Amino acid sequence: MGDFTTEELLAIFAMQGFAGLSLFSVLLLMALGLAIIYGQMRVINMAHGEFMVIGAYTTYFISTLVVSQAPWFLDYYVFIAVPAAFLMAFIVGWIVEAVLIRHLYHRPLDTLLATWGLALIMQQAFRSIFGAREVSVRLPSWLQGSYQPTLMIDIPINGIAIMVLTLFVTAGVAWMMYRSRWGLRVRCTVSNREMSGAVGINTRSVDRLTFAVGCGIAGIAGAAFTTISSTGPTSGALYIVDTFLVVVFGGAGSLLGTMASAFSIAQGQSILEFFISGSMAKVLTLLVVIGILMLRPEGLFASKVRR
Amino acid sequence: MLEVSGLRVSYGQSEVIHGVDLSVKRNETVAVMGRNGMGKTTLFKTLIGILKGGAGSVKLDGQELVGLPSHARVAAGLAYVPQGRMIFPTLTVMENIQAGLETARTKAVPDEIFSLFPVLHEMRHRKGGNLSGGQQQQLAIARALVSDPKVLLLDEPTEGIQPSIIKEIAQTLNEIRRLREITILVSEQVLSFTLDIADRLLVLESGRLVHEVSRAECDADKISRYLSV
Ligand SMILES: Nc1ncnc2c1ncn2[C@@H]1O[C@H](COP(=O)(O)OP(=O)(O)O)[C@@H](O)[C@H]1O
Ligand SMILES: [Mg+2]
Repeated sequence: MGDFTTEELLAIFAMQGFAGLSLFSVLLLMALGLAIIYGQMRVINMAHGEFMVIGAYTTYFISTLVVSQAPWFLDYYVFIAVPAAFLMAFIVGWIVEAVLIRHLYHRPLDTLLATWGLALIMQQAFRSIFGAREVSVRLPSWLQGSYQPTLMIDIPINGIAIMVLTLFVTAGVAWMMYRSRWGLRVRCTVSNREMSGAVGINTRSVDRLTFAVGCGIAGIAGAAFTTISSTGPTSGALYIVDTFLVVVFGGAGSLLGTMASAFSIAQGQSILEFFISGSMAKVLTLLVVIGILMLRPEGLFASKVRR
Repeated sequence: MLEVSGLRVSYGQSEVIHGVDLSVKRNETVAVMGRNGMGKTTLFKTLIGILKGGAGSVKLDGQELVGLPSHARVAAGLAYVPQGRMIFPTLTVMENIQAGLETARTKAVPDEIFSLFPVLHEMRHRKGGNLSGGQQQQLAIARALVSDPKVLLLDEPTEGIQPSIIKEIAQTLNEIRRLREITILVSEQVLSFTLDIADRLLVLESGRLVHEVSRAECDADKISRYLSV
């Protein structure tokens, strides 16, 4: 790092830090969905990345449609695309639960294999429908460009937009979890499934809705993802490992832990990437995470309430 | 109201309930007495549908419950207070009670509950897991009552609870019986508590009902002999 002045270093940290915040946002949304599903039914959804890609392709589809049919709408289409991405991933998630996952509860290894197989099938489906080449969306003009607080620092607007979106979604999920009837059902089931049934909760239908919501949130992550990167059939696979890392590191079942862990992993990678190669940055992050997990196997924030 | 006939329940190869017949009339409170390991919990878990399979019939108001999942049995009018209370420890007292409203028509906690259990109102924002054993038992009963059940199943409600609180629970149960129509099936080992609340006593021994007596004709010594090892 000796070749940089202090001022340059600060600017690099600020900018890479901000690039890290976009990554943080996508990872957090992904991890939220994955953690909700895991917490509710102990299913590790290996196809979670592909649900993100569904959201990304939905956004891409709407953007191309708008570009060719209604160019005047270009500035506003993202407000349709985000709910549409949620809805598409939600619907596919609903169907997948009904057709596949439902039959595999109590068989964790089988769900792992089945959802992995599902991921491959979905990737092939993307390839057949959208082609093997990566596609990108036309961003509305107000999402392009950047904000320059000083001469050296340069913060992209789309990064800010993703963060705001993530903030809203996270707050929405927290609200749903702690204030809605669905959230109460989920928390009961997570706490004691048998007893939830015995107080009248239909845990099977809670499972289905929860799986679909988790997938839907991945869909929103996909919509966010299209603004920082291009989408290909295997884009989901690139994110799934980091997402697992976030969930395990944060301690499954803790919203605060998930946020803290998404933040540190995204920031760590992003800042390191500037100084060493991307894969070295990944290796280093992984080593640190493993080190911390050896000290705290329950994750960063294990739940403190007695059970 | 509740008609159980020919009920057999096994864990894997070993049968634990060997053909139980019992019927509880509307507004009646019936106690199933028996030592540890005689099959009380197994019987209750089968009635609420946590344990599946087994042979026989369980009818509530003429409706066959065998084959239905737990939540459908609750919708049909059963409510269950398990042994060990099993409240949701990470949820607040209020949320625990609201969980019981799943099958109720309105989702607001009726005032009646807090006048029956004033301590729950004081504690409503606390986590269920931080309550004392007696308070948890009251919470579990409140959670079951808000579904407005026809039949309330109580599995050893006095287990691990101080004598003064046991008296209080007996009073509350009798109060509930005065306030509304409710049929109660309760399992117990504590005879004094049972005599405070039950109209009729049954004795369960190794998965069979071996004795039946109304409270009026109950010979306390005879029941005690069944309950001592
Ligand atoms: N999960 C289980 N698996 C196998 N056997 C069990 C299980 N639970 C209880 N049992 C056996 O069933 C019998 C009845 O137990 P239980 O219904 O708990 O009796 P009680 O509630 O009257 O103390 C006991 O012999 C016990 O060992
Ligand atoms: Mg028992």
